[in-house]
Amino acid sequence: MTYLNKILTGAGVLLWSSGAWGAEAAKPGEALNMTAIAMFFAFVAVTLGITYWAAARTKTTKDFYAAGGGITGLQNGLAIAGDYMSAASFLGISAMVFAKGYDGLIYSIGFLVGWPIILFLMAEQLRNLGRYTFADIVSFRLSRVPIRTLSALGTLCTVILYLIAQMVGAGQLIRTLFGLPYSYAVIIVGTLMILYVAFGGMIATTWVQIIKAVLLLTGATFIAIGALNHVHFDMEAFFRSALEGVKASNLADHKKVVAENKDIFAPGGLVTDPISAISLGLALMFGTAGLPHILMRFFTVANAKEARKSVFYATGFIGYFYILTFIIGFGAVVLVAPNPQYIDAIKGTLLGGNNMAAIHMAHATGGNLFLGFISAVAFATILAVVSGLTLAGASAVSHDIYANAIRGGKVDERVEMRLSKFSALAIGIVAIFLGIQFEKQNVAFMVGLAFAIAASANFPILILSIYWKNLTTRGAMIGGFLGLVSTVVMVVLSKTVWVDVLGNKAALFPYKDPAIFSMSLAFVGCWLFSKLDNSAQAQEERARFAAQSVRCETGIGASGGVQH
Amino acid sequence: MSDISVDPKMVEKILQNQKYKDLVTKRSKFAWTLSIIMLIIYYAFVLIVAFAPNLLGTKISPQSVISVGVPLGVFIIIAAFILTGIYVRRANGEFDTLTQQIKEEMK
Repeated sequence: MTYLNKILTGAGVLLWSSGAWGAEAAKPGEALNMTAIAMFFAFVAVTLGITYWAAARTKTTKDFYAAGGGITGLQNGLAIAGDYMSAASFLGISAMVFAKGYDGLIYSIGFLVGWPIILFLMAEQLRNLGRYTFADIVSFRLSRVPIRTLSALGTLCTVILYLIAQMVGAGQLIRTLFGLPYSYAVIIVGTLMILYVAFGGMIATTWVQIIKAVLLLTGATFIAIGALNHVHFDMEAFFRSALEGVKASNLADHKKVVAENKDIFAPGGLVTDPISAISLGLALMFGTAGLPHILMRFFTVANAKEARKSVFYATGFIGYFYILTFIIGFGAVVLVAPNPQYIDAIKGTLLGGNNMAAIHMAHATGGNLFLGFISAVAFATILAVVSGLTLAGASAVSHDIYANAIRGGKVDERVEMRLSKFSALAIGIVAIFLGIQFEKQNVAFMVGLAFAIAASANFPILILSIYWKNLTTRGAMIGGFLGLVSTVVMVVLSKTVWVDVLGNKAALFPYKDPAIFSMSLAFVGCWLFSKLDNSAQAQEERARFAAQSVRCETGIGASGGVQH
Repeated sequence: MSDISVDPKMVEKILQNQKYKDLVTKRSKFAWTLSIIMLIIYYAFVLIVAFAPNLLGTKISPQSVISVGVPLGVFIIIAAFILTGIYVRRANGEFDTLTQQIKEEMK
């Protein structure tokens, strides 16, 4: 009896014949998991209930984009964690630890260390200067139309790439977990995210993210406790059994580690050369600080104080989560790898691929019921992330492009909000369409590209506009575009796209991650063309820096700021 | 045109305010110091990964299988959290009190 069949009998479920799905038949073994589906339905029912409740409270653009500014620091910290801890990090990083060991931790650390920097240099500045999008901050003293257009472009590129990667991941994950056909899964995810965002705006999105964060942290904690309980919480025994687990394992990845005599507790093949290591480090750290859906969360709290608190809580939750994924990954080496019921002997991987390490761990530590819970949590995780992305994309269209660039800030709130809802619908449809189109494509590079664009286009103009008096519109435009275009070109010419996706023989750009070059280009571009800019407009923009820094430091005049 | 205009007289008055000057100096010094600490910790780690990966594989003791890389990695995660805590504590206390006083004086 296969593992998945056991789940089925265990949960007392009917097995859907593959024919029931017609042409879109699920593959054998990818059968419907009813425990997981029941728990998922419970999650959907609760979140749709919240959306209904939130819809009644979403009356103004401030409610829609920023949840009325009434989210507390702790709530926002959880929501940020919920926005940031994607299924890719839960499954992907624990799988990387499972397959390669220490490399997984290098990624985790890179994903985390951006947060203190965001707190020290950006959180309260964002809150004090902005209202709904990060473009608000950049256009505080720079020219509205070009800056809003550039920022919206940077936002949409990041959002769409990130969304496609999430959609494809969601489709594949849900097919494996629930036995649903790929396209159904993508359509369900797309439809739910449209409903949350279009009807419940930021209020619903926030609560979906909070619930998901709590569920994911709880679930991951139990798996990690299960893993450590196996060795009676003796860390030495835990790592020793992981080491022995790899040596005894029949999986292809583990055999390769043993054959190459690699140390699983030291950096492995992830980083091949120093330039790539530094470049990856830059993209991970500063990419986080340029992700529009993350930056947007800072406008949901009442003041700078709560904004700071949110990062403190978020860093704690996210850091704790990454420590858990590390334990779960090695735990899977001990508890999952030796057990034939989790192994696809023909492929030499885990059943459903090595990304299923955390999912199989749920079964190994808590049985069928817990497996169902974690599967539902993984689905919820995707929903929370895509909702945040959709809302960020929709606000770039309605707030940056329409309300500010086209209508010069003079716009009827109801019209702007309606446009935002339609944008959410449009982005959702595009995401469903592209998600289905990209089913068979290798989309692994897309999250990396999204981070690289965020680090090379959004982050430089944002940080310079806050801190560097001499930045002018011309400098920001040229620097921002240089960052954006060079990132895309270098990624397309690198091995990940030029060879792995387009099928060419050799990469034209030697490094996997362009951030070290593209970020430098963006910063140098901003600096040089601002310095050369002596137009009357540039002088005015520099003169406005004083007013900006006063508001930035004190919050006087900030939207929704503390009124005394 | 930029999006928002601020009363220039008010700006001038605040810029001349001693407490405002103190706030800006203290806060930015503190924020940049902590940022640099975080950057040093992280890029020291990245450079070890890049140039001397085997260093991270050194065992914490001859009897142990655990490498120094494991506690070091966990230390960076905890350090990131503690640094945010240090910043929030001072900013939400001392700096916010100063900001409040400036706002009072501007009335």
